[in-house]
Amino acid sequence: MADREERRFAEVSRESVRLMAEGAGVELGDDVAALLAEDVCYRLREATQSSSQFMRHAKRRKLTVEDFNRALRWSNVEAICGYGAQDALPFRSVKEGELFFVEDRDVNLVELALATNIPKGCAETMVRVNVSYLDGKGNLEPQGTVPTAVQSLSDDLLKYYQQITRAILGEDPHLMKVALLDLQSNSKIAALLPYFVYVISGVKSVSHDLEQLNRLMHMVKSLVQNPYLYLGSYVRSLVSSVMYCILEPLAASINPLNDHWTLRDYAALLLSHIFWTHGDLVSGLYHQIVLSLQKVLSDPVRPLCSHYGAVVGLHALGWKAVERVLFPHLPAYWANLQAVLDDYSVSNAQVKADGHKVYGAILVAVERLLKMKALSLSQSAEGHSGAHPGSVVGAASYRVNSPGLSPPPEPLSEAALGIASHLQVGGAGCHWEEWTPVPLPAMYCELYSFFGDSLAVRFSTGPGFGTHSPCTPSQLSNSRKEPPGPASNLDTTRKMPQLTANLNISPRQDGSPRTDPPPPSLSGTGSVRAVPRASSMQRSKSSSSCSRQRSAGLSREVFPKARFTSPQTTPPAFSFLIGGRQMGQRCQGRRPFQTMFATTPPVSAVPPRTYAHKLPVIGRVGKPVRRWTCSHYSLHLPL
Amino acid sequence: DTSLAKQKTDIKTEPSTDGFGNNNANDGRVLSASPGSGSSTGSNKQTAAVTPEDQQTLLAVLQFLKKNKLIESVEILRREAGLPENSLDPKATESAGAGSGGAAAVAEDQPDVRVVLSAYSQQGDPTLYEVYYSDLKKFIETVLDCHRAELSQVFYPLFVHMYLELVYNNHESEAKAFFEKFSGDQECYYEEDLRVLSGLTKKEHMRGNETLLDFRTSKFVLRISRDSYQLLKRHLQERQNNQIWNIIQEHLYIDIFDGMPRSKSQIDAMSGSLAGEAKREANKTKVYYGLLKEPEIELPLDDEDEEAENEEGKPKKKKPKKDSMGSKSKKQDPNAPSQNRIPLPELKDSDKLDKIMYMKEATKRIRLGSDNLPSVCFYTFLNAYQGLTAVDFTDDSSLIAGGFADSTVRVWSVTPKKLRKVKSAADLNLIDKESDDVLERIMDEKTASESKIMYGHSGPVYGISFSPDRNYLLSSSEDGTVRLWSLLTFTCLVAYKGHNYPVWDTQFSPYGYYFVSGGHDRVARLWATDHYQPLRIFSGHLADITCTRFHPNSNYVATGSSDRTIRVWDVLSGNCVRIFTGHKGPIHSLAFSPNGKFLASGATDGRVLLWDIGHGLMMGELKGHTDTIYSLRFSRDGEILASGSMDNTVRLWDVMKAFDDLETDDFTAATGHIHLQDNSQELLLGTYTTKSTPVIHLHFTRRNLLLAAGAFNP
Repeated sequence: MADREERRFAEVSRESVRLMAEGAGVELGDDVAALLAEDVCYRLREATQSSSQFMRHAKRRKLTVEDFNRALRWSNVEAICGYGAQDALPFRSVKEGELFFVEDRDVNLVELALATNIPKGCAETMVRVNVSYLDGKGNLEPQGTVPTAVQSLSDDLLKYYQQITRAILGEDPHLMKVALLDLQSNSKIAALLPYFVYVISGVKSVSHDLEQLNRLMHMVKSLVQNPYLYLGSYVRSLVSSVMYCILEPLAASINPLNDHWTLRDYAALLLSHIFWTHGDLVSGLYHQIVLSLQKVLSDPVRPLCSHYGAVVGLHALGWKAVERVLFPHLPAYWANLQAVLDDYSVSNAQVKADGHKVYGAILVAVERLLKMKALSLSQSAEGHSGAHPGSVVGAASYRVNSPGLSPPPEPLSEAALGIASHLQVGGAGCHWEEWTPVPLPAMYCELYSFFGDSLAVRFSTGPGFGTHSPCTPSQLSNSRKEPPGPASNLDTTRKMPQLTANLNISPRQDGSPRTDPPPPSLSGTGSVRAVPRASSMQRSKSSSSCSRQRSAGLSREVFPKARFTSPQTTPPAFSFLIGGRQMGQRCQGRRPFQTMFATTPPVSAVPPRTYAHKLPVIGRVGKPVRRWTCSHYSLHLPL
Repeated sequence: DTSLAKQKTDIKTEPSTDGFGNNNANDGRVLSASPGSGSSTGSNKQTAAVTPEDQQTLLAVLQFLKKNKLIESVEILRREAGLPENSLDPKATESAGAGSGGAAAVAEDQPDVRVVLSAYSQQGDPTLYEVYYSDLKKFIETVLDCHRAELSQVFYPLFVHMYLELVYNNHESEAKAFFEKFSGDQECYYEEDLRVLSGLTKKEHMRGNETLLDFRTSKFVLRISRDSYQLLKRHLQERQNNQIWNIIQEHLYIDIFDGMPRSKSQIDAMSGSLAGEAKREANKTKVYYGLLKEPEIELPLDDEDEEAENEEGKPKKKKPKKDSMGSKSKKQDPNAPSQNRIPLPELKDSDKLDKIMYMKEATKRIRLGSDNLPSVCFYTFLNAYQGLTAVDFTDDSSLIAGGFADSTVRVWSVTPKKLRKVKSAADLNLIDKESDDVLERIMDEKTASESKIMYGHSGPVYGISFSPDRNYLLSSSEDGTVRLWSLLTFTCLVAYKGHNYPVWDTQFSPYGYYFVSGGHDRVARLWATDHYQPLRIFSGHLADITCTRFHPNSNYVATGSSDRTIRVWDVLSGNCVRIFTGHKGPIHSLAFSPNGKFLASGATDGRVLLWDIGHGLMMGELKGHTDTIYSLRFSRDGEILASGSMDNTVRLWDVMKAFDDLETDDFTAATGHIHLQDNSQELLLGTYTTKSTPVIHLHFTRRNLLLAAGAFNP
């Protein structure tokens, strides 16, 4: 009984009673103290019980000092004053005397009375109405889900969420940086993911504010890079937000002073990153993205900035996407672009500038397409030969060279291995045979016809090239891949430095780390995987470092000669070659652009110069176009 | 049959008819007699000549005489009263006094503590209490299943009384041991009371303990079937278990019924109150639960809506419709009280206007049902740091009032129409009293504001109620007063003093003029606004009255109490006409259905119980809330019951289904033994959560939009 009671009630010991009596100047006998102690306990319980009634009627859950005092007052006991404060009272102890007491500091009333900072008092009590549930059942669904979600968020999480969003969307850039860093590394924010995704989906409402859009994109980046977050189906939502920034004619882009181009570039970069790291979470995502990009690109009504977005988006998705979508579409699109660029009227100035942007973007994309394609040829050849140092080199170099986007290390290494094995087992090889894209030379030729010498990539179009049989491109690229050795061909040797440089920076070989449902078409998973990584790489390089810039500059310096030599000398041979190729392609002819390509023979029959002639300005623009990726004034340079 | 009825009444008076002279066998009228007569106390019982009250008085007088050494008078009195020689033996006197002490105490509002407690002065061997109790326990555990549940009801009151007897006689350690040993056996819903009991270990503590007095002043009522009762009695006789038998005789009221013993669930549904179940006779009085005939008011034809699209034919069409409505209301409900059973105030012109408004709104009312739930609007009190304790809406939902723990009463206008005071007397003199818009002219535009604060109370305002005509507001407070406020001047008009303790709730009659209040002093009072003293005092609850509600026909008042019972009182006679038991915690909300037939009650146990007033039956149990239910409201058509709770939810219940589903045959109706289905989940139509706002008031607008109110609890 005794211990039961101890569990149930607070007890006042007889020692306490005697102490209190002493304090009041009364000496108590032991038995008296015991009796008194028991009585005190009982009275306390009684008062507590009756005080709970006041609590219930005040419709509270918390028993207050006030309730207790009321109970005391109604049982004709003096109320206890001085304990009505809302905040907890510090309970102190004195070690020597084993004494516990509530700290009760003196209050300087004079100071209080003469205080100048008079508290304003709390806000006005008011009544606000809101329609909580319409027609009862109207909200049946969310009423189950929303409140539980809200409830599951602890106060701390909620506070974190508020702080983070405020910091990211706020004014202070330093704060933003800290917040983003934390978002990128915090392991306990999984519960908040839906909320952040929701915040990010707000891009549509801030399309006028470039700054906010940028910040939201940074938020995406942080989330994507957080190794502890499983994005799951939220990837789709994130991707659509990013795509919005890439493709939409943002309200912010009405003002030419706004550098929405950088935003689009960054978003494209992000897209590739998301896709590379989380693309396996949503099946068919790649296809969807490519389709929507294609749609925008083929829609002539869309403004040029949208087209630009589509191009950089494709570029970001990798050279395969460029080859698949942009390249076949290029002839049709070219006509429109040409029209814009040829209009020198003042009213068209702005549009023309935009057109140059698109031109530059296409140029960058196709250049890489060419390089990568050449590389892939060599790679597949290498794969057949059983050695793949390139992939290892690529992976390693990727790690070093991509400071902008640092993906988690595990997937990377895994990826490198996975790709190697995948390639070896024969995915790539087989795919290559299945998928017969426009052969490199033909592609080059066609592109050259559009861009002329603006193309930074050079291939030998000379006799050496011609002598190679079309079915042995591996040999061709193989020889090209090799360090400058005893080259048979002058052109190839000349191009060597550039290609090797590309090798170093592009990790395209380590394509698909994961075994996914293979993309609907195209050259297998390898390409799909390879693309984003490579592109992100490329992008980060182009936007951050100057090495590429330099290499580009180098190529410019080096190749002017080639510009005049090779096209001049080779056209007849070249066209012949194309014709042969095309015949072969026609036989297979499934791809849509093949028919388009069929229109090119007459074009290519005409010396490519004719096109090049039309674009003298563009040729000059080449350099700045490259640079716009990291500068916002580039737009106006060519004009 | 008549003999049966007699026997039933006789059970109550058994102590008087029992005695050493009366053999069990030869007394045909009495079912049984006191078991055994071997003990000293049992043998000292007196003859059956006098009624217990007289006997007690006589004995008391005798005792008094003896104490004052008036020996001769003692002798004379004893001879005249025919009392036995040894009746002056102190033990015998006390035991006899105990026999009717309870009855004597019941008569008074404030019972004489000494008389009540003296019931316990009976001295038995304290060590035997445990033996007695466990013996009975063993017996009950071995009886047939069908009887066990019924007989188990005896445990709790016996336990309490035995414990108190031990405490009273200063057997503290025995009492503790007894409590320790048997408290675990009691039903969980008595936990609260047991906690109070366990804290009580000294005779001195018993004085002034209200819970205890409640226990003493009222007999614990048990309903037991005849068969089970016989079993119990036979056992006690065989065992000569006088201690227990005496307690049963003195402190328990056993309501014997013929028929099947009740099941455990049936018993559990009805038990839980402080004083056991209601006696069946208590719920036999006829209650006129029907609605009063509505006064006939001509619906004006100049309805704006009608006029807008008015064609010639329209008004004609409307007329017959209106007539049919009139004839409908003319039909006298057979269950309705006569129109002037309670004098009601005359309808004023403004009341008629309001009635017309009401009818117009009613035609636009949404018909609710299980497939058509109401929209819910939540009125959140923000920055209510001082503590919101009570809320009320006007019937037309135009005003909302809040009572606060800081003694203030605040009124807000919910509509764009601002609150205005009447002009000062000097200004009023200047007004042209003949003008048509005089009512508009008397208002002072300068005072227009969205809300008004009224000061006057000196304690938290626990109850608040608008008058039906929206001119007055009532508030009841911890300071023991009920105040009437004018909503024209926003000042206090009257402070009704009568309750000397906190007044927990108050409500206006649906017809105005009358109002009811109830509080800590355990009585409910009926007032009229123009009387400073109450018209009726409803006394009978054993603990605080926590909520009060008027019946829609204004002839009855329902009160809920912390003794866990609900009582319905007749305003005309002041009598208690219904006692509903079944809640396991203090009752904090009540609601009459609009047709007056049903009552819903909600308690701290989180359950809503539904009652049929006419038959005095429990109709259903709605489980779902996890905390105290502070508000209940029927929709305007009575199809849906909304309950608001401390657990931050509003729940909607399909009460129509609950009433329809219940099978009642004559037997259950006669005995009140309802078999409740556990179908709360089917009846629950919706649960609506707030973020962090306890729901303390609910209101259906005239069009059946549900309004809820509460203070945000950050």
